[in-house]
Amino acid sequence: MTRIRFQQSLDDLKEKLLVMAGLAEQQIQRAVESYRVRDLSICDLVDRSELAVNRMEREIDQAALDLLAMEQPMAIDLRFILAVIKINSDVERVGDAAKSISDRVRMMDTMESGDLPVDIPRMASLASNMVRRSLQAFIEADADLARTVLSMDDAVDGMNRSAHAALASLMASESHRAPQALTALMVCRSLERVADHATNIAEDVIFWVQGADVRHQGNLESQM
Amino acid sequence: MGVGIEVKALNAWYGSNHTLQDIELNIPANHATALIGPSGCGKSTFVRCLNRMHETNPIARVTGTVRIGDLDIYHDISPVEIRRRVGMVFQRPNPFPTMSIYDNVCGGMELNGFRNRRELDEIVERSLRNAALWDEVKDDLKKKSGASLSGGQQQRMCIARALAVDPEVLLMDEPASALDPVSTSKIEDLIFQLKSQYTIVIVTHNMQQAARVAEKTGFFLNGRMVEFDSTHKIFTNPSDKRTEDYITGRFG
Repeated sequence: MTRIRFQQSLDDLKEKLLVMAGLAEQQIQRAVESYRVRDLSICDLVDRSELAVNRMEREIDQAALDLLAMEQPMAIDLRFILAVIKINSDVERVGDAAKSISDRVRMMDTMESGDLPVDIPRMASLASNMVRRSLQAFIEADADLARTVLSMDDAVDGMNRSAHAALASLMASESHRAPQALTALMVCRSLERVADHATNIAEDVIFWVQGADVRHQGNLESQM
Repeated sequence: MGVGIEVKALNAWYGSNHTLQDIELNIPANHATALIGPSGCGKSTFVRCLNRMHETNPIARVTGTVRIGDLDIYHDISPVEIRRRVGMVFQRPNPFPTMSIYDNVCGGMELNGFRNRRELDEIVERSLRNAALWDEVKDDLKKKSGASLSGGQQQRMCIARALAVDPEVLLMDEPASALDPVSTSKIEDLIFQLKSQYTIVIVTHNMQQAARVAEKTGFFLNGRMVEFDSTHKIFTNPSDKRTEDYITGRFG
């Protein structure tokens, strides 16, 4: 084995990304928990993590850029670094989605409470599971595991559509609850985006491990 | 891509050392093909088999077929004629030190009895223009010696010399490895321009260089061609683990 230092740098890059991803994953869990129990102190924790995630995003991009410039990676190493750059961006956006949810929770604090016809914790659980599984695929360089994430996205999309229909109906029938319904709708939208980011991460893992570009394949098939 | 050089069952030896083993390869015409691999893998020997330079070594031996166009270069044509059809550029520029730039470019032709001065002038100008050197040396063609040029200029002069005999194939054995980055860049630009007119085969240890200039890349290891594919495929997602290990620097 040669290029020991380079291999160490790749390992460090992976480690940093996983630390950041762990924070973003925790952010989502906390944001959903803050929604469930309406606890603004949890929202503060989400906000605090957001700063750390943003800082780490910049550090990882810089480290990846340095490796591209200094080591001129090829083949699987090149694909790994490209995947890290893209996953880095998706993980940061998972953090943004968590922050967005916690912002909505703050807004809801001033609104009247009441049950809504959407199961946000269930949707959050599915989206978080997708993130966790895509990151596990990244840790284990497991393209097969990554592919299982792709098939989960439809379920979250379906839940989002159902929530949209139910909340739109509620807004039409009980207009005084429209602000609360609209806020829940935004939370669903954020969770749907989290699932999309998990899907992107899974696609990047497949690209890294197998060199295959599996993006937009559903779209391509539907166009043919 | 049409086939420029067809190689079949090529084997080469230095004494008892079997340096090339069963090479099968179609090198596309009018494109650049890069050959990569660790030192001693056989890539330079392979290139020397493409213009019969390998056999100039008394202990060397070659079997198999190399066809350039319709000609089997080991049976249908003399070594002298094949070197007119196949130009070669080496790692270090090799100017004739006492000759002017002009004579460096056309000296080989004069030695072969070519005497028409007006035609020689045209050939020298055309060759130097094709080698992207004309504008830098046109005023000193007969005043300056080839050895007075910079290393990068000398290498382009050697390319002009190789082009002067109007070859079909241009072999380049690490043509930029002794040059600075600016001169290297000029050689690479030149390869890019020339490859539409000539079949170019370049041996290089610089994998970025291979990626930049060549459409096809072959990976040699221990005298065998491990993988030959589009340069894009070789450098982004090679099929063979040994290729991947080499280009990612994990051995060699």
